[in-house]
Amino acid sequence: MGETLLRAYEYATDHQEEFLRALGEHLLLVGLALGIATLICVPLGIVTSRSRAVAATVINIFNSLRVVPSLAILFLAIPYFGLSLTSAWIALTILALPPILINTDTAFRTINPAIKEVAYGMGMTGQQRLWRVEAPLALPVIIAGIRTATVEVIASATLAAFIGSGGLGIYVTRGFALYDNAILLVGAVPVALLALLAEMVMSRLQRAVQPPA
Amino acid sequence: MSYIIQNPGIVWGLLLEHIIITGSSLLIAIAIAFPFGVLVADKPRLATPVLGFLGILYTIPSIALMILLLPIVGLGRQAIIVTLVVYAQVILVRNIIAGLRAVDPVILEAAHGMGMNSWQRLWQIQLPQALPVILAGVRIAAIVDIAIATIGAKFGAGGLGELLFQGIAQAGRYDKIWAGALSVAALALIVNWSLLALERAFDTTRRIRRSERRQLAIKKG
Repeated sequence: MGETLLRAYEYATDHQEEFLRALGEHLLLVGLALGIATLICVPLGIVTSRSRAVAATVINIFNSLRVVPSLAILFLAIPYFGLSLTSAWIALTILALPPILINTDTAFRTINPAIKEVAYGMGMTGQQRLWRVEAPLALPVIIAGIRTATVEVIASATLAAFIGSGGLGIYVTRGFALYDNAILLVGAVPVALLALLAEMVMSRLQRAVQPPA
Repeated sequence: MSYIIQNPGIVWGLLLEHIIITGSSLLIAIAIAFPFGVLVADKPRLATPVLGFLGILYTIPSIALMILLLPIVGLGRQAIIVTLVVYAQVILVRNIIAGLRAVDPVILEAAHGMGMNSWQRLWQIQLPQALPVILAGVRIAAIVDIAIATIGAKFGAGGLGELLFQGIAQAGRYDKIWAGALSVAALALIVNWSLLALERAFDTTRRIRRSERRQLAIKKG
């Protein structure tokens, strides 16, 4: 194990330029998918939280989507978009949707109605209530959703190399092709660290936006 | 779809493999997590670091964990089962602890007052009350394991992931990708629904509410 790790480290330093490019691609892939998913799901979640009928169907669909293995979703993009970057980021965006939507919906739905009524009684307009009262209260739960999505997408972006996306997963596909454990580790170790780092940063952020009790 | 209709034997065989891999992992995981969770639940000083450690393991992407375990457990089915047990462990232990802790202390005190010993309290009060939360853990663990087992095909574990990986290795075999994706998605959805139904059936608050409604209906009738 120690020797393989050492070889992995040497491989990464020997291919430093490529490694850094792969890392950059990986981050871009993850960031793009999360950004688009957040832009879609936060407004959608606000809408679903206000209507029982819409919520029931939309949330059910997204819950089922969440149950489908990520590898299946990634590979199903291939018949439509080929072995390409487009396939990868469409699939990754789809994978990021459910946690963000479900958390946004829950966040806005569970706000104490008394608080909303007080805001209304104070003469706030709908927009004001949304931005000044509801959004700050919902934010920690929304960020928790983005956090779950981030860790999932970092993992799935590694698998995305199988469908030709680039990123750190290229070392996984290469390691399998060459039967070389060291090359596999060049992909696995950074991805594991990236996931742990993202989890730490996002949970800090979540605590930072928590409104005082 | 056409591939499934033309090769029902192949797909069925892989589906069975998939079920055996995830099922056996889940059983092993439950056998470890259950006594462990019960033991740790009322010891916060032990539970916090244990949950922290399991949380870190859970955050590591499954493909990375499989690769990290590769030098230790090697390729093949056993290697994948080890990974699946680890992931299931996190969810199961977390839910067992959460479920047991959520039991109202007043109820436990009442049981104590009735002369129940701690063993009786565990089996007759705490576990039945915690069962829906524990079953929710089993359901999520099953779903996660089905998903990770799909990736396991790359490590020589077999199962439905084989179809997916063959589909991209052999250019233009979209039919295999479809067959693999559809059958693994169907498996996950069916398992999710059945375990969700089981969860609801064991939910005591729901059961009480239902019987109250029934009694009310009888009185009215």
